[in-house]
Amino acid sequence: MAWLRSVLRLLSGSIRDLASVVVVIAFFQLLVLRQPLPEPGSILVGLVLVVLGLALFVRGLDLGPFPLGESMAHAFARRGSLGWLLAFAFSLGFATTAAEPALILIAAEAGEVAAQAGSIADTEAARDRYALGLRLTVALAVGVAIVVGVWRILTGWPIHLMIAGGYVLVVIVTAFAPDEIIGIAYDSGGITTSTITVPLVTALGVGLASSIEGRNPVSDGFGLIAFASLTPMLFVMLYGILT
Amino acid sequence: MTSFLLGVLEVVAATLRDVLPIALVLTTFQLFVLRRPLPSPRRLLAGFALVLAGLMLFLIGLEQAIFPMGRTMAAQLTAPEMLGAQAGDGIDPAAYAWVYVFAFAVGFSTTLAEPSLIAVALKARELSAGAIDAWGLRIAVALGVAIGISLGAFRIVIGAPIHYFIMAGYVVVVVQTFFAPKLIVPLAYDSGGVTTSTVTVPLVAGLGLGLAEAIPGRSPLIDGFGLIAFASLFPMITVMAYAQISEWRAARSQSAAAAADPATSEEDRA
Repeated sequence: MAWLRSVLRLLSGSIRDLASVVVVIAFFQLLVLRQPLPEPGSILVGLVLVVLGLALFVRGLDLGPFPLGESMAHAFARRGSLGWLLAFAFSLGFATTAAEPALILIAAEAGEVAAQAGSIADTEAARDRYALGLRLTVALAVGVAIVVGVWRILTGWPIHLMIAGGYVLVVIVTAFAPDEIIGIAYDSGGITTSTITVPLVTALGVGLASSIEGRNPVSDGFGLIAFASLTPMLFVMLYGILT
Repeated sequence: MTSFLLGVLEVVAATLRDVLPIALVLTTFQLFVLRRPLPSPRRLLAGFALVLAGLMLFLIGLEQAIFPMGRTMAAQLTAPEMLGAQAGDGIDPAAYAWVYVFAFAVGFSTTLAEPSLIAVALKARELSAGAIDAWGLRIAVALGVAIGISLGAFRIVIGAPIHYFIMAGYVVVVVQTFFAPKLIVPLAYDSGGVTTSTVTVPLVAGLGLGLAEAIPGRSPLIDGFGLIAFASLFPMITVMAYAQISEWRAARSQSAAAAADPATSEEDRA
């Protein structure tokens, strides 16, 4: 019985995450479109997999990586060795982004779209290479972003000036980027900051801000994600220019 | 049978490759830089095993259900019978009204239910000692995502270049930044990235690609992406607007109270 309850609790989070999507789509299907979804069976199986997968994924993160990552973020924040702190910040940003599920899926879709439009060769190898290149670019960008964000928390530089400067750069690079990369580049900022990256990176920021005197965890601790949403735009556009 | 097994092995290997960097970073830094033993290594291992299994199922599910749902909705909402009688062969953006309504509804409801946003909102209330209201913040973010996605859908319909919209949005953000209460600014910046969750992203991306495929004259490569960028931009604007409005209301009620009671206002001045 207790076993059943813990399974239900495990699933309830991901069911709630999904329920809103299902309710909106069902509403439109039944009242506005008045036609059934094609292949309801495969969609139903897919939804069950999403619920199960998300529940296991989040439970696994809570069990292992999250508590360890959080305690490490606090340890690095207190240690004072700047070089190692920045190295950890970069690796954390890079590694969490590389495993971000939404990015894996969207990068694969982008490869498919690019292949269909003929901007890369339409072979599986070319698509995979394009998708992996995109993901590594975004991961690199997030790594750099977290380093810059941590540096900002340490020095107390004003966040809005840095972000505004970043967007000026985005505008400049956009002028040189090929049209077909702009959409996916702008999207990549929002895609990266998701299930794994946000909790771990926020833990680093809040831990750092609360262990340095004169820093406010609200205004300094948050803000790392803002950098992580900005740099992927720049880096992906540069990737588009270079390839 | 062997090809099925090979396929499964391939998926396992690919997922392993995705999760490996996190495991490596955490264990290497813990053991060699911090020089501390891994706390409960068996729990850690079990955790990574669950992450691996979960990620695999999750990705298959996203690809099989969520992404196609967005695409199918886009196709059905742009079917001729939904658009009504269309005069001429030009594109009338008003005919796609249901697309914008759907985009708004999806954005609003998924954001309101988003667990990571709930966590951030509660954390923000705790850290700001109640000055930031968790519900107000969530509604502000959900409105921002909803407006963003429907405006993004409108952009795909009319086929305008994405960077005009995004740049105009960032100009608004920069101007607002100078007037918004300082405490809210980093939170507002973060709220853009936090909201677009793992479930929302594939659905919204599917919607965008589906729209770009269904509307004549649009290319998925150039017009199909970009909805998520809109969904990350507009919460910044609405969260700062929410902070500005609540600050303004607090100031007004304070001055109203001061006007009603001259004694306190004199004390305030002194």
